[in-house]
Amino acid sequence: MYRHWFRVEWEGLDKIPMTGGALLVSNHAGAIPSDAPAIMHGIEEELGRPVYGMADYFFRKVPVVGTLWSRAGGVAAHPDNAYRLLHDQGQLSLVFPEGTKGPSKTYADRYRLRRFGRGGFVEIAMRSGVPVIPIAVVGAEESMPILFRMNGLAKALKLPYFPVTANDLAFGPLLGKVAYFPAKIKIHVLDPVTFDVEPGLERYSKSRVMDEAEHIRARLQDTLHDMLRERRSVWFG
Amino acid sequence: MAQALEADPNVEMILGLGTDEPKVPLERTEFVRADQTYSILNRIVRATQVDTIVHTFLKTNSVGISSRVLHEINVIGTLNLLAAAGAPGTSVRQVVVKSSTHIYGASEKDPAWFREETGRNAPVRTQLERSLIEVEALVRDFIMDNPRLVVSVLRFAHVLGTDILTPISADLRRRLLPCIAGFDPLVQFVEEDDVVRSLEHVTRHRIPGTFNVAGAGKLPWSEVASIAGAFLFPLPPINPRSFASPFRLLGLIQFPVEMETLLRFGRGVDTSRLIETGFTYRYSSAGAVESLARANNLRRAVGDDEPTYRYEQDVEQFFQHSPAVVREIDG
Repeated sequence: MYRHWFRVEWEGLDKIPMTGGALLVSNHAGAIPSDAPAIMHGIEEELGRPVYGMADYFFRKVPVVGTLWSRAGGVAAHPDNAYRLLHDQGQLSLVFPEGTKGPSKTYADRYRLRRFGRGGFVEIAMRSGVPVIPIAVVGAEESMPILFRMNGLAKALKLPYFPVTANDLAFGPLLGKVAYFPAKIKIHVLDPVTFDVEPGLERYSKSRVMDEAEHIRARLQDTLHDMLRERRSVWFG
Repeated sequence: MAQALEADPNVEMILGLGTDEPKVPLERTEFVRADQTYSILNRIVRATQVDTIVHTFLKTNSVGISSRVLHEINVIGTLNLLAAAGAPGTSVRQVVVKSSTHIYGASEKDPAWFREETGRNAPVRTQLERSLIEVEALVRDFIMDNPRLVVSVLRFAHVLGTDILTPISADLRRRLLPCIAGFDPLVQFVEEDDVVRSLEHVTRHRIPGTFNVAGAGKLPWSEVASIAGAFLFPLPPINPRSFASPFRLLGLIQFPVEMETLLRFGRGVDTSRLIETGFTYRYSSAGAVESLARANNLRRAVGDDEPTYRYEQDVEQFFQHSPAVVREIDG
């Protein structure tokens, strides 16, 4: 899947440290996002380091999905969990600050970063004393594009969103939920952001946190635009 | 617990209190039969001038017990116990209270590891959890009213071991372990030896505070079944309780209500606070399951009886109390 379907290509992989904790921050896209496994599997494959993906705790409630996710190295996005991984254990941890707002956006909004939550990821990195490494992913957006959302059905099923994707039209509503289009995925690692604040504090200046979060978001958005400018084909890169 | 204390020569006297006769041979413990709410404890404390009370009678599972009785035992029992311990002019210097990690509940919003000060996320739905929360609230009030007493609360994870019978160990003994289809939660166990040793540890060193007590690591529910050689009995993710009820009535599985969220989300607790006080665990979580599995293997081979010399206690009694025994006088 990683090598032959999405043909994932990395740039700037050397910016990810071989030891010590770091918080990876990425854009999130595709009805059932393919970027998370691409990054997690990629770093494990290329660097031999495990990456712990942070996901909305909602997934733990879903049978099978929650179990598979935790087996694959996923962790519920809880500040305590992140701090333990980054600070106590010095691991790599991956978050999508857009949350479910990222994958739930329709194809018309592709590559437009959503609001970066409440900047919690910056606060966690400050508290753990680890750098934030932004990662821009291109391709996941086209692997399962959302045509429109069915909000009534989502509410009835208690899901955060219920997408109708192009894959549903192409492969039918069942297979379409697991069959991705073979979009070329390119991953660009940006320079790490370090914060010169004292780690271990209970809370940090909210304005500083929001500024840093917005700064990271802007850089990620610029990089995405640059990558899209360079891209000639959705399928071949 | 009493056996462990008997081995310590510094302990002058041990007094046991319970509704049933003790199941293990005790050499110098005096046993008093009490009702389940400990209403006579006040008089006993005054009469014997004890300095330490270890409260282990709390129920930490709801199998075969109505919520009213559960409330009587846990909340009213603790109320009476603390009232006796905190009476004016009391001789008591330390109270040790057993609690359970059930107090954290289990929900999808939980952190991977609960620290002692982490609050619970799950709404309180079961009487067991409600009673445990009430008990710890009583203990907190007690600490405020009696600041010079040493009060320790030990929150135990699921206890497994050679002898103890809990809903999980009963299921493992019958080799049929309920699970919820599509979920394989990570759970944590503590071996019964470690339970006794931790109680002894905080009692002997007079360590105040609240502590999680659980073996190192968590293990998937399916692995618990495979270590113990049990089959998983999948229940549907929607309304597993009503599906399970005929099987519970037949006695095939035990599925207490507080297990339902646990079997979805699992639970882990951070035990570093107790380890920092100098306590060392003998068993990990997986070790506790293995210990139970070994005990079950033995039980299957030799039957339910304890494989010990049955008349040992009688002979011991004879040696201790019969005037016919000639005692050797140390010169």
